[in-house]
Amino acid sequence: MTRSILRRFRRRAATEGDGSATDDSATERDGSASEGDGAVTDGDASVTDGARDAAALPAVARADRFTNQDLLVEVSHGIGGHTGRLVMTTLGTVLGIASLVVTIGFAQTAAGQISRQFDAVAATQAVVKPETANSGGDEVATSTLPWDSPARVERLNGVERAGLIGEVPIGELQITAVPINDPSAPEVLSPTLLATSPGLLDAVRGEVRAGRYFDDGHDSRADRVAVIGVRAAEKLGINRVDSQPSIFIGERPYTVIGIVDGMERRPDLLDSVILPLGTARADFGLRSASELQLRIDAGAGPLVAKQAPIALDPNAPENFDVQAPRSGSSLQESVQADINVVFLILGVIALLAGGLGIANVTLLSVSERTGEIGLRRALGATSRQIARQFMVESVVIGLLGGLIGAAVGVFAVVVVALVQQWTPIIDLPMVFGAAVLGAVVGLGAGAYPARKASRIEPIAALRAGV
Amino acid sequence: MSQAPVVELIDVTRSFPGPPEVQALKGVNLAIDRGDYLSIVGPSGSGKSTLLNVLGLLDRPTVGEYRLGGVLTAALDEEARAGLRARTIGFVFQAFHLLPRRTVLDNVLLATLYSGVPRRERMPRAKAALDRVGLAHRMDFLPTTLSGGERQRVAVARAVMASPELILADEPTGNLDQQTSGEVMDLFEELNADGLSLVVITHDQHVADRARRSIRIADGRVSEL
Ligand SMILES: Nc1ncnc2c1ncn2[C@@H]1O[C@H](COP(=O)(O)OP(=O)(O)O)[C@@H](O)[C@H]1O
Ligand SMILES: [Mg+2]
Repeated sequence: MTRSILRRFRRRAATEGDGSATDDSATERDGSASEGDGAVTDGDASVTDGARDAAALPAVARADRFTNQDLLVEVSHGIGGHTGRLVMTTLGTVLGIASLVVTIGFAQTAAGQISRQFDAVAATQAVVKPETANSGGDEVATSTLPWDSPARVERLNGVERAGLIGEVPIGELQITAVPINDPSAPEVLSPTLLATSPGLLDAVRGEVRAGRYFDDGHDSRADRVAVIGVRAAEKLGINRVDSQPSIFIGERPYTVIGIVDGMERRPDLLDSVILPLGTARADFGLRSASELQLRIDAGAGPLVAKQAPIALDPNAPENFDVQAPRSGSSLQESVQADINVVFLILGVIALLAGGLGIANVTLLSVSERTGEIGLRRALGATSRQIARQFMVESVVIGLLGGLIGAAVGVFAVVVVALVQQWTPIIDLPMVFGAAVLGAVVGLGAGAYPARKASRIEPIAALRAGV
Repeated sequence: MSQAPVVELIDVTRSFPGPPEVQALKGVNLAIDRGDYLSIVGPSGSGKSTLLNVLGLLDRPTVGEYRLGGVLTAALDEEARAGLRARTIGFVFQAFHLLPRRTVLDNVLLATLYSGVPRRERMPRAKAALDRVGLAHRMDFLPTTLSGGERQRVAVARAVMASPELILADEPTGNLDQQTSGEVMDLFEELNADGLSLVVITHDQHVADRARRSIRIADGRVSEL
């Protein structure tokens, strides 16, 4: 019946049409139509008693129903119509999602920043240097570190070990493994000469590779012994100390008693020859040490920074400059507290406004498109399909806002972090989560308009005109 | 094939609860056979659109029975009614009801979305239908750029897309001039000649006179002319 009518209609269309393509498709459709006819006639036989229901119509193949893909096409047309309005609609969501991403992104970046400051070594290391003043273009120390500085500060709470370092000026002297001055030998860059107190090795977390570090005895007797850093040892061609090799500073021999490694805080030590302070004072007239390295307990930074200068010189503590790690927790709290309060509230407010905006515009769109709703109902759309269409429109608008907002937020975090010279840390799942949150806002916002759209009576809707 | 009427109304009353209560249809009995060509005339407010809405499953009778293609429609739920509407009825409205932002082709294809027309048939059918109403060259135009007559022809093409049994037209020529309304009616009559049942509501006596059968509604009551 239906199909045979259609077939006639199509056949006429095909024969009147001038394209051969139309002919082809008409033949093809005839084939499927005759199959259908059989099914319909079967149905008709049982019709007459009036008990037939809609199931007598041949079932529609799943692929030929109103699929999600069809829905998305209709939604994209529904949204695509008003670009300007779409921008305004998504604005609230964009702002909301962006501020949430910024909030969380900054918190993560700040946390990363703090934890980096707080890595094991940095958090437990402090340095004291004499204050310097500018005199005639030169930096001149205004005070000196007393020779017993390590003993003075090790008495303080929170200080585990301390050691002095001084640079020893050697002028023209060469440091070599052999005393002969061979003018034809290639010029080798001489290692630097440093002097330290015996405790320095522990204070800067050095390790002994071979032999030993010098002790208080070597220091007080001014013994001609030396310890060398691994890289300096390599340059000098020394890899064992059990045979008591000597090095020569100028023409004076020193017995190498150890090779040291580690010491991340003063890597220059690895390229140096290190003498006891007492030896350097006796042989080279070292006048003072240049810095005091301290190994401290985690979290003791502020205390040590306050007390160490007083321990070094109670009369003029201001003459020392202390670099100690700040208290991490207070920094972290202050940074996070600022971000959390301001941005999180802004973000939630903007998101609420965004949701209301979407709800409003979707509602407007429903009333503007009442005629379209009526038409779709007349064409066989169910109220649920109408509801889904407006629902998905709202979700897509929300998702769009979420995606743009997340991108804007990431951009803001990266820019600010770069300006502050921080390493931006942004959790990728968090960013996608934020974008999806936009869709969720759209879902919430669309619920009421979609319900309203689905409840419009088709006869009332059709009176509205498209 | 059985010769049961396509449409059968038995003592149908449709009243809108007031206040004041309005009985838009009063005890209407009407049978429309396959291939019938029926015009409905009557003054404004007499119940013509209400009758058409009931016939088109857009509205339910308050009292009485409506059988469409032998199916007792009162027993059907909303989803089944939507399915039946999509597949057996084509609507043509006075105001055309074309989506202004979609092309002519998209508007015609819209009728295949909810009616289960096999996907690979949709495009060829739409093109054939537009060809049939003489608008193949306007396929990619927006409806807003077409004349009234052209718009109504697009609507006619859309109405036949799902291969319905019954075309319901509510004042299809109400917004058209004499000449174009004649063209649109020619088109309807070709479809009717192909076997579709056709119901046309009209104010225009010329249009009404073209139908093989005509009924009049006055104050919700139907009489044959
Ligand atoms: N949804 C409705 N609610 C209340 N009354 C209605 C409604 N629809 C139509 N009517 C009334 O029913 C009567 C018939 O209306 P209608 O069928 O639209 O007339 P026509 O199409 O013949 O001009 C009118 O009096 C109208 O006011
Ligand atoms: Mg009317």
